[in-house]
Amino acid sequence: MGFDQYHEPPDELPARTRTFARLCASLTEEAEAIGWYQQRLAVETDPEAAAVMNDAVGEEYKHFSMDLEFLLRRTPPWREVAEGILFQAGDIVEHGEEAEAEAFEGGAADDGGGGGDGSLGIGSLRGASR
Amino acid sequence: MNHLLRSHAPISDDGWELLDEEARQRLTPALAARKLVDFSGPHGWDHSATNLGRTTPLASAPGEGVSGLQRRVLPLVEVRADFELSRADLRDADRGAEDADLSALDEVAHRIAVAENVAVFHGWHDATTGIGEASPHESVQLGESADAYPRQVAGAVERLLCSGITGPYGLALGREQYRRVVETAEHGGYPLLDHLGKILEGPIVWAPGVEGAVVVSLRGGDFLFECGQDLSIGYDSHDGEVVRLYLEESFSFRVATPEAGGRAESLVARGGTAHRALISNQTSVLPLAATPQRSAS
Repeated sequence: MGFDQYHEPPDELPARTRTFARLCASLTEEAEAIGWYQQRLAVETDPEAAAVMNDAVGEEYKHFSMDLEFLLRRTPPWREVAEGILFQAGDIVEHGEEAEAEAFEGGAADDGGGGGDGSLGIGSLRGASR
Repeated sequence: MNHLLRSHAPISDDGWELLDEEARQRLTPALAARKLVDFSGPHGWDHSATNLGRTTPLASAPGEGVSGLQRRVLPLVEVRADFELSRADLRDADRGAEDADLSALDEVAHRIAVAENVAVFHGWHDATTGIGEASPHESVQLGESADAYPRQVAGAVERLLCSGITGPYGLALGREQYRRVVETAEHGGYPLLDHLGKILEGPIVWAPGVEGAVVVSLRGGDFLFECGQDLSIGYDSHDGEVVRLYLEESFSFRVATPEAGGRAESLVARGGTAHRALISNQTSVLPLAATPQRSAS
C-alpha cells in the first residue's frame, strides 16, 4: 500500500489534513481517468465499446465533481476563487484574475489571512473520534 | 469584506490564524451533534431558511377562480457569543509568546458548542425541535451507576430494531454520564466504553449540554442540521486595551420524520424513520423511541 499523497510524515499530520490529502489524490485520479477515457474514445471505432466507455466516463465526471465539492467546502478561500470562475460565461482568465483579487487582495484580512467566508471551516464531524 | 468585518480588527494575519486554530481546537471535541446528525452546508450567511416542502392554504385569493398556497420554511437561527481579548496579549503572541491568554475565546467556544448541542438534542424554544423533544417515548432510568448502561443501551437499540431502525447507532453522553462510562470497567476489567461501542457499532461522543444520553441511528435522513454560516469569529469593535470579537453561526435543525416527542433529558435513538430510544439523565431514564415529528416553521 502506498502513501504517496502525503508529502509530510503522516504521523505528524492532523486527521483533517490527511483526509484532505486523500480527497486531493482522489480528485487527481478522477481527472486522469477522464483524460484517459477521452483519449480512448477518440480512437475507438467500435460503437458498442464507445458506448460502454461513454457510460463509464460519466461516472468519472460524477466522482470528480463530488471530490471537488468536498474540497471546496473544506477550503473557503479555494471555494471563493472557484465561485468566481466556475459556471461563468465569458473570459476564463479574466474571471480567474478577478476572483483571485477578490479573494486574496481585497479580502485577505476579512478572514484573518484565510480568505473565503472567514469561517473556521469545521463543517460536519461525522467520523471524528469522540 | 464580508459581514464579519475581520479586516477592521487590529489583529495581524498570524493573530487571526492563532485565534481560528484555538477556536477549532476548543470547538471540535464539544460539537457532539455534528458527529451524529446529518449536516448540510455551509450555505452562507445570506441563507435564511430551510425548505420544508410544505404549504399553508391562503384564505384569500387575488382573483376569482384561483386559490393560493403559501410555502412554509424553517428560518435559520443565528447564535452569537461575544468576547474580549487583550490587545497586549495579541501583540505578545505576534512576538512569539506561546502563552497568550485566550481564555475568553475558549469559554465562548465551549458555550456556543453547548448551545448547539442543546438546540439539537433538547430543542430551543421557538427555534428548533430537539431530538429528545420530538420523541414520544418514555424515558428509562439510567441510575447513578454506569453498570446498568449496557443493558439500557442494548434495550434501546433492540427497541429501535423492533421498529425497523437499523444501525449503526451513536451515543451522545452528557458530561457526567460520559465520565462514568470512561471511568468504569466491568467484571474482569473490560472497559465499559468498549462494551457500549460493541453494542452500538458506532461512536460514543462527549456531549456537553446533553442531560443524560441520546442514542441515534446513524443511517441518515432523520435529523437534519442545515448550516448557513459555519462557526466564525467576527469583529465588533476595539479600543486601546481590548478588541471585542464574537463567535457566531447560523443554522436550522429539524427532525425530518414525524412521530416523536420526547423529552429534553433523555437518551434517544434515531433511525431511518427517526425512531429513537431515550435515556434520560442523572438518575435516569432510558426511554425508547419512535419517530420524530416534522417540525414546521
